Amino acid sequence: MSILDISLIVCLGIVSFILYFHISNYILDFFGNNNLKRIKFENSIRVLIFIAPACIILFIFILYPVFETIRLSFYDKFGREFVGLYNYNWAVNDPEFKRSIFNNLAWLLVVPTLSTFFGLIIANLADRIWWGSIAKSIIFMPMAISFVGAGVIWKFIYEYRGPGDTQIGLLNAVIVSFGYEPQAWLTIPIWNNFFLMAIMIWIQTGLALVIFSAALRGIPKEMIEAARIDGASELKIFFSIIIPFLEQTILVIWTIITILVLKIFDIIFAMTNGEWQTGVLANLMYDWMFRGGGDSGRGSVLAIVIMIGVFPIMAWNIYKHKQEQKI
Amino acid sequence: MADININTVNKYYGDVHVIKDVSLDIKSQSFTVLVGPSGCGKSTMLRMIAGLEDINSGTISIDGQVVNDLPPKQRNIAMVFQSYALYPHMTVFDNMAFGLKLEKRSKDEINERVQEAARILQIEDYLHRKPKQLSGGQRQRVAIGRAITRKPKVFLFDEPLSNLDAALRVQMRVELAKLHDQLNATMIYVTHDQTEAMTLANDIVVLDEGIVSQNGSPMDLYHDPNNLFVGGFIGSPKMNFISTKITSKSSDKTEVDLMGSAKISIPKTSASASEGDAVQLGIRPEHLTVNADSDGSWESKVFVVEKLGSGTFLYLEKEGEPLVVETEGDSNIKVGDTVKVGFSASHCHLFDSSQQAFK
Repeated sequence: MSILDISLIVCLGIVSFILYFHISNYILDFFGNNNLKRIKFENSIRVLIFIAPACIILFIFILYPVFETIRLSFYDKFGREFVGLYNYNWAVNDPEFKRSIFNNLAWLLVVPTLSTFFGLIIANLADRIWWGSIAKSIIFMPMAISFVGAGVIWKFIYEYRGPGDTQIGLLNAVIVSFGYEPQAWLTIPIWNNFFLMAIMIWIQTGLALVIFSAALRGIPKEMIEAARIDGASELKIFFSIIIPFLEQTILVIWTIITILVLKIFDIIFAMTNGEWQTGVLANLMYDWMFRGGGDSGRGSVLAIVIMIGVFPIMAWNIYKHKQEQKI
Repeated sequence: MADININTVNKYYGDVHVIKDVSLDIKSQSFTVLVGPSGCGKSTMLRMIAGLEDINSGTISIDGQVVNDLPPKQRNIAMVFQSYALYPHMTVFDNMAFGLKLEKRSKDEINERVQEAARILQIEDYLHRKPKQLSGGQRQRVAIGRAITRKPKVFLFDEPLSNLDAALRVQMRVELAKLHDQLNATMIYVTHDQTEAMTLANDIVVLDEGIVSQNGSPMDLYHDPNNLFVGGFIGSPKMNFISTKITSKSSDKTEVDLMGSAKISIPKTSASASEGDAVQLGIRPEHLTVNADSDGSWESKVFVVEKLGSGTFLYLEKEGEPLVVETEGDSNIKVGDTVKVGFSASHCHLFDSSQQAFK
């Protein structure tokens, strides 16, 4: 399909939606009369007309796949025969699954925490120096790079050549110049996970930074001055006044990054493809679903595990939000 | 004891000279009000005393010690802000205890001091609440409480009542005056509201464009303004000004023309003034009389009548500007009536072309 075809289809879609809203609205008006009861009834229909397209799309592309995935998790690899809890039983006993869960947990622990931490620290410090906004733009830039693109960039940092060869990887070039042996970074189990996490932190710190910068601007200057008069040091002000003030923002950023990390796939796919014990759930799911003939049963089980993983984070977030609303 | 001496202090924001060679002596345990229109430098002055702004030249000393380079926490001051500036995530108790905790006071002492401040300000019932759950007046009490608990030598108030509604402002004003009596502390108070200045102050400092226009007791400023600015700023409603000329002058009296209808001899004089000079005659609405014998009088039509119950303000037409006259509350003068306005010579003020008062 050429670009022209695609834009034509997009335009067609937009025009048909505009027509849908206008025509259905017109028809409703056509049959309308001025009876007060009728107007109320008409308005409830109007609401339905306007939210129906969104609901239908939501149902087809989100709700239906969820139920289909749940169904498939109880069927065999071709989705034909009911096998009960067989796939779940397999997952619980699979060492790869355990490793992926462990890796995912490590990612969840390290990446959101460090991204939020760096974002907050940098946002705070950048406001105190004249080149702060330049630094912020540079730190934000990785946000514009796709995860795969970031993977390619970081491959040049972790690249390994045998001892004696010229090192084209930045990290190896540095340590060789100090007289150490070059390392194949991405193949060192456990540690290689952290090298991959560094990429995600590199990207997400920018997001945290931008949101924190905006939030910091919302802190009343007089409150900080009051704390200073009360005798608080800058460090005390940061921990006792600024951080509690930004609690909601910290929570939002932490949640956004946590959910992103739970779905992490691209970076690992591009860098190690889950080799050397770096696999996470999403990679494992992809492998089972689409590689070696595919096993929709096992793939679906893994997809459900990822989905369930998001629940507690969302629930906690909604709970916190409601608490905040109550006061 | 906490005398504050401000000695030829200057402050620039970039090229703008906001405080110009200001010198002030603020006596220990006094209630000093810095007053002036917005942009006159009064808040900057207060923030320099607090240590929130640097001083470009001159010295500020508290209790004889120069504090120019001391951070706010070492100056033994407390400040109350217009926006309250409470810590929103802390309870009222914690807000008031924050400074004491930083001073590493014992738990019992903190508890005792916070309870005492809460009792004085009648906020004992709210100690466990967050600032969000309080009304504006309650928040301002907490902000004052936060200042009291630390028992500072000097209290600084930056327009603390400006965010409150009119009724609450009057109530808090009375309570602040009471508080000053109870605590016997030095208080410096910034406001643009001359009523607050008149009612609260032992000493009023009128600032105008970065200089001290006049400094003295409220009644001094009211009866004996040094210049046109202070005359116009202090008193509500404002002093009336009438442009006129000196018709004759002696060693203790100056006679001026009263809008062509009469001449009035005022027992004030100025060495630099001479016959024929253009001057401003100033007189307060409450010193004008209606239809009564006086030192000089003038007739005009009434175009607005404001009845306040305790008094009535008549607005008279005078060369395009209104002349305001205060008369008794149950006056039956109506719009359109012509009245004879009497001037009391001893209450008249004269200001020369450089706006300085005749004495």
